[in-house]
Amino acid sequence: MTTVAGGRQASPHSMLPYAVLAGIALAIVWVLVASGLWTDILRYRKDVIYLTKQHLVLVAASGSAAIVTGVALGIWLSRPAMARYAEATIQAVNMATSIPTLGKLALMMTLLGIGPLPAIVGLWIATLLPIVRNTYEGLRAVPGHLVDAAQGMGMSPRAILRRVELPNALFVIFAGIRTAMAVNVGTAPIAFLIGGGGLGELIFTGIDLQEYGMMLAGAIPTALLAVAVDFLFGQAQYWLVPRGVNPLRNI
Amino acid sequence: MIRLEALTKIYPSAHGGAASVDRVSFEVGAGETCVLLGPSGCGKTTTLRMINRLVAPTSGKVFINGRDTSAADPVELRRTIGYVIQQIGLFPNMTVAENIGVVPRLLNWDRARMRHRAEELLAMLALEPAEFLDRYPNELSGGQAQRVGVARALAADPPVLLMDEPFGAVDPVNREVIQDEFLRMQKALRKTVLFVSHDIDEAVKMADRIAIFRAGRLEQYAAPDELLGRPANDFVAGFVGSDRTLKRLRRIAVDEVMRAVGPAEATPPVGAHTIGPNDDLRRVATLFLEHGVDTLHCVDAEGRVVGVVTRAAVASRLAATGDGAAARTARP
Ligand SMILES: Nc1ncnc2c1ncn2[C@@H]1O[C@H](COP(=O)(O)OP(=O)(O)OP(=O)(O)O)[C@@H](O)[C@H]1O
Ligand SMILES: [Mg+2]
Repeated sequence: MTTVAGGRQASPHSMLPYAVLAGIALAIVWVLVASGLWTDILRYRKDVIYLTKQHLVLVAASGSAAIVTGVALGIWLSRPAMARYAEATIQAVNMATSIPTLGKLALMMTLLGIGPLPAIVGLWIATLLPIVRNTYEGLRAVPGHLVDAAQGMGMSPRAILRRVELPNALFVIFAGIRTAMAVNVGTAPIAFLIGGGGLGELIFTGIDLQEYGMMLAGAIPTALLAVAVDFLFGQAQYWLVPRGVNPLRNI
Repeated sequence: MIRLEALTKIYPSAHGGAASVDRVSFEVGAGETCVLLGPSGCGKTTTLRMINRLVAPTSGKVFINGRDTSAADPVELRRTIGYVIQQIGLFPNMTVAENIGVVPRLLNWDRARMRHRAEELLAMLALEPAEFLDRYPNELSGGQAQRVGVARALAADPPVLLMDEPFGAVDPVNREVIQDEFLRMQKALRKTVLFVSHDIDEAVKMADRIAIFRAGRLEQYAAPDELLGRPANDFVAGFVGSDRTLKRLRRIAVDEVMRAVGPAEATPPVGAHTIGPNDDLRRVATLFLEHGVDTLHCVDAEGRVVGVVTRAAVASRLAATGDGAAARTARP
């Protein structure tokens, strides 16, 4: 009973930023319509639909690959057998994170040529790092005595990971995934520069040609996508992390 | 029944190879409560954790019901031994019901049975099931969390229970309450319990046997009455305190020292204080001192006189320490 009540109370809190964003968006749409840019934008409708699909493939492929591999890698590094190498690896990961994404994409292009594949690989790597780091740190922050109690009750190492360690680290892991996906969606337009396609095509071409309608036809769906993805993972974090270890639900 | 044989642990990191637990041997009978007592760092937790093999002994053996535990699969072994860790260790991601259901789930009980068991245990530990089953640990007080910790250890009805300072984190008043609840429960369940404490009063109250440790060595292993009446050495005497005789009174029942008499033989003076056969001698001593009397009449539940307790009888009981004297000891 308290679950539902708590959930309903807390939800509007997490919705507030989205309400603010919706207000800002409405204002922007009003400005666009009033200035006549809106009709310019609508001219690119077909391109927008086609390129949005491409863009979504880039984000979904690199993002889901990053979540699966990043969480797996983070778990692996957190195992006691890896303790000797884990810290050094995480330091390397931190350093790699500080390389600008454009640099990573350029690197991928030299290795894999141009096209969607190097773009996806570059985005995957850029997205991977925060997930690995948060998964590792989240698991390491699980108090040792919980693992101890679990062992003492006869849980197998697998059961301990699945039922004690991961649930207790899940909030931090989700925080990493949200950061990572923000990076992913934010840099996906750059993929166009190495032939990855996507909405970047409209944005960069629009900038080159000083065609604001074209540029906005790419920029607006990109922004919407960013908001939608963050909303999606925000909701997943809210509902999937058990209430007992979910700061968002313990107000 | 649990038997420890020359159990020893030397942690690899210990400087000078000093043993944290040094050739400890003792035996706890089935259904008995043994309290491991001693100052911080004397090896109580380590001894406990060698029993469920969370710590691998350097040498020595542990037998449970005659079976050498080193031959068992540790994971399977632990499912038959309830364990309450020093830090309580409830899983914050699980509700109270889920926490209690951890071992039953490992044993593939069905949902209804697990739920029913959780309700039963909470009720037994004086927590209203409807109110607590679906709470998370961060919604519990320290004392409530410790009760749930005990319930979780009892969930699959293990014959053996290891408890590492299970009532450490509660205030003295609530501590007494939980201790009483546990004693009442233990009377019905008759588990073989190893209970770590560093509180002599708790040990005297809970234990059938007390194992007193110093720096990894077992200094004395005895029933509370004997430990208090005849401390084996200065360390034990110092640890139990100079008021050890007062402490002993708690565990001696009136019917052990009273002279049985029929109602016709003796009648208490009008208005005199009387005692019951199951009271402990703390009450007797209090009445002796408070009212300056030498004799108290013991009456049964119906108010009939069944015996007489004198100062001399109490004194001779305190003088007679040892195996015979400790045969029957009082329970609060
Ligand atoms: N994992 C370990 N590695 C090295 N030394 C340890 C380890 N665990 C315990 N010790 C040492 O072994 C000794 C006994 O520790 P133990 O935890 O059994 O004490 P304890 O009697 O339970 O103390 P407390 O009352 O403080 O809980 C201590 O000196 C401690 O420093
Ligand atoms: Mg300890």
